[in-house]
Amino acid sequence: MNTIVITIISLCAIGIASAVILYFVAQKFKVEEDPRIDTVEGLLPGANCGGCGYPGCRGLAEAAVKSENMDGIFCPVGGSEVMNKVAVALGREVAVQAPKIAVVRCNGSCSNRPRTSVYDGARSCAVEHSLYVGDTACAFGCLGCGDCVAACPFDAIHMNKETGLPEVDETKCVACGACAKACPRNIIELRNKGPKDRWVFVSCVNKDKGAVARKACTAACIGCMKCAKECPFDAITVENNLAYIDYTKCRLCRKCVAVCPTGAIHEVNFPERKITEKL
Amino acid sequence: MLKTFKIGGVHPPENKLSSGEKIQILPVPEQVIIPLGQHIGAPATPIVQKGDTVKAGQLIATATGFVSANIHSSVSGTVVAVDSVTDAAGLSKPAITIKVEGDDWEADIDRSAKTEHNITLSREEIVKAISAAGIVGMGGATFPTQVKLSPPPGSKAEILIINGVECEPYLTADHRIMLEKAEEIVVGVQILMKAIDVKRAVIGIENNKRDAIEKLQSLTAKTLGVEVCPLKVKYPQGGEKQLIKATTGRAVPSGALPIAVGAVVQNAGTALAVYEAVMKHKPLIERVVTVTGKSVKKPGNYLCRIGTPISKLIEAAGGLPEDTVKIIGGGPMMGRAMVNPDSPILKGTSGVLIVNDKEGARKPSRNCIRCSKCVSACPMGLEPYLLMTLADHNMLEQMETEKIMDCIECGSCSFTCPANRPLLDYIRLGKARTGAMIRNKKK
Repeated sequence: MNTIVITIISLCAIGIASAVILYFVAQKFKVEEDPRIDTVEGLLPGANCGGCGYPGCRGLAEAAVKSENMDGIFCPVGGSEVMNKVAVALGREVAVQAPKIAVVRCNGSCSNRPRTSVYDGARSCAVEHSLYVGDTACAFGCLGCGDCVAACPFDAIHMNKETGLPEVDETKCVACGACAKACPRNIIELRNKGPKDRWVFVSCVNKDKGAVARKACTAACIGCMKCAKECPFDAITVENNLAYIDYTKCRLCRKCVAVCPTGAIHEVNFPERKITEKL
Repeated sequence: MLKTFKIGGVHPPENKLSSGEKIQILPVPEQVIIPLGQHIGAPATPIVQKGDTVKAGQLIATATGFVSANIHSSVSGTVVAVDSVTDAAGLSKPAITIKVEGDDWEADIDRSAKTEHNITLSREEIVKAISAAGIVGMGGATFPTQVKLSPPPGSKAEILIINGVECEPYLTADHRIMLEKAEEIVVGVQILMKAIDVKRAVIGIENNKRDAIEKLQSLTAKTLGVEVCPLKVKYPQGGEKQLIKATTGRAVPSGALPIAVGAVVQNAGTALAVYEAVMKHKPLIERVVTVTGKSVKKPGNYLCRIGTPISKLIEAAGGLPEDTVKIIGGGPMMGRAMVNPDSPILKGTSGVLIVNDKEGARKPSRNCIRCSKCVSACPMGLEPYLLMTLADHNMLEQMETEKIMDCIECGSCSFTCPANRPLLDYIRLGKARTGAMIRNKKK
């Protein structure tokens, strides 16, 4: 009985002594932290995806509190709504940024792009890209091993088994850019979701000369310049045999879609109707 | 007890099907494609234009910078294009295409069969001649030879090691030249000894080539300082560091070049090319290539002009067998599968292996069972299972600490893995990314 009492008393004594020491140590080495960081972190989505370029949501919160004008600080997941709340909490103004979405710029489905070899190596686009041209004759297009699918923290990109290409789920994609970074061929781009969530883009990144590109894939951009000539807003540039639509200039008139001879330019979420009627 | 290296290594089935086949001369094709980047380093700069007439042995592209090599026309004819062509991996690479007309050689090239023995040139002249002839390492790594012969200031070569190991299964090109061009190789070795000013040379040959060992032993018996060292058969003995360890017992430190232990390693094929360049003024425009495979009708060794389409070589060996699933440039361990059989033979193409459906398919990869077979097999003392995981997660700093840059990409780990894991595929990727990170840091 005595032993138990002594044990309890000595343990309590050690506990109290340690608590006192820890209290003074904590006072001595106290880190002053801005309480606003916690407030801002509470407002953020808490996905820690790194899409903003900072290490997790707390990283962005710290940067937001430190920065004067919130330049370059934007949470793609929360979008303008969350950033407005953050700005209000910090008593600052924030520039409105249009929501973005990941766009897969390759149309080399099994029917458009014939397979020329069988790849039986490691199931990784990065590995396949480092070895050779891939299982088709296109050295620029999608390899279909799904590095982007594995990289997505939001379950927003999946392989379509029929086409062999990844497809972005518009409702889930928050434009964090993880897939764009994971793609060894830089096929995925973050583009503005236009008004009414409609957008137009060139679904090809092939820089080969027209004939070579066409031979590899029937839906390749052949750099024919027709779209650039047709565009009334100078939004289309053709460089290295490849057209690119600048989404900040594009007004979604869809004239380019109509003239593209290979169907490389895609329109998304537009209602089914003839272009002439729209004009 | 035969010498060999101590750490790791595997012994794949040798399958030297063509070791008894004499070297045959492959007819000159109608057209050759000569890529500008056939070596490690900067691609050469073309000095001919479309429409120019060239002779065999004429310089058509000059070395760009120190680590680069000259490129010569392997045929006589007209340049039809200086453009990009599809290489063996299906990617576009710059190349010169020449339409063959006759077989007219540059006047100063000595094409007689007589072996010259008197080395009259000085050290500097030899290196200059080698550099002019565009010679690169013929074992497959294609490192420009003149760079290896110019040791950095402060280091001194003590021993020349000639690599006649040919540890890759199937390949027999080096074996055949050591038998049929033995005299020339011995003179080549002496030229190389003079070029780096050493008194001793060792020719390392694996014990499965007894005839080559005996032939070279009889020739070098009276040659001062040159000895033949028979080695136990083990892959990857042809690796530079493994060969130095096997023949001299010296270990090259991590991250260092062989010159750190006073060794310079050259391939037997390179020694032959050096002989031809220095004594016969013949640049590197042809090489011996093995065409082999279990289903190939006539596996053999062919002397081909650089730039000959590989399909011509396959035709000469009896055509492409019906059960072919893969064509590999090089040997089965380190070679790469090609998608374009019309791509040309390069300075570094030691063999073309045609794999049939029984051997070709990779088995499905399963989970790692931590058996550590890959660790035992790694000749560099690395941990391949760990490197693969780090590469998959792109952990660059950790890969650097785990010495991924020491990997010689021999493939012993993938070969030995009971779960068929694509270890080397990932390690190669990790090595490339880590290398890029280290180079960026230096900047």
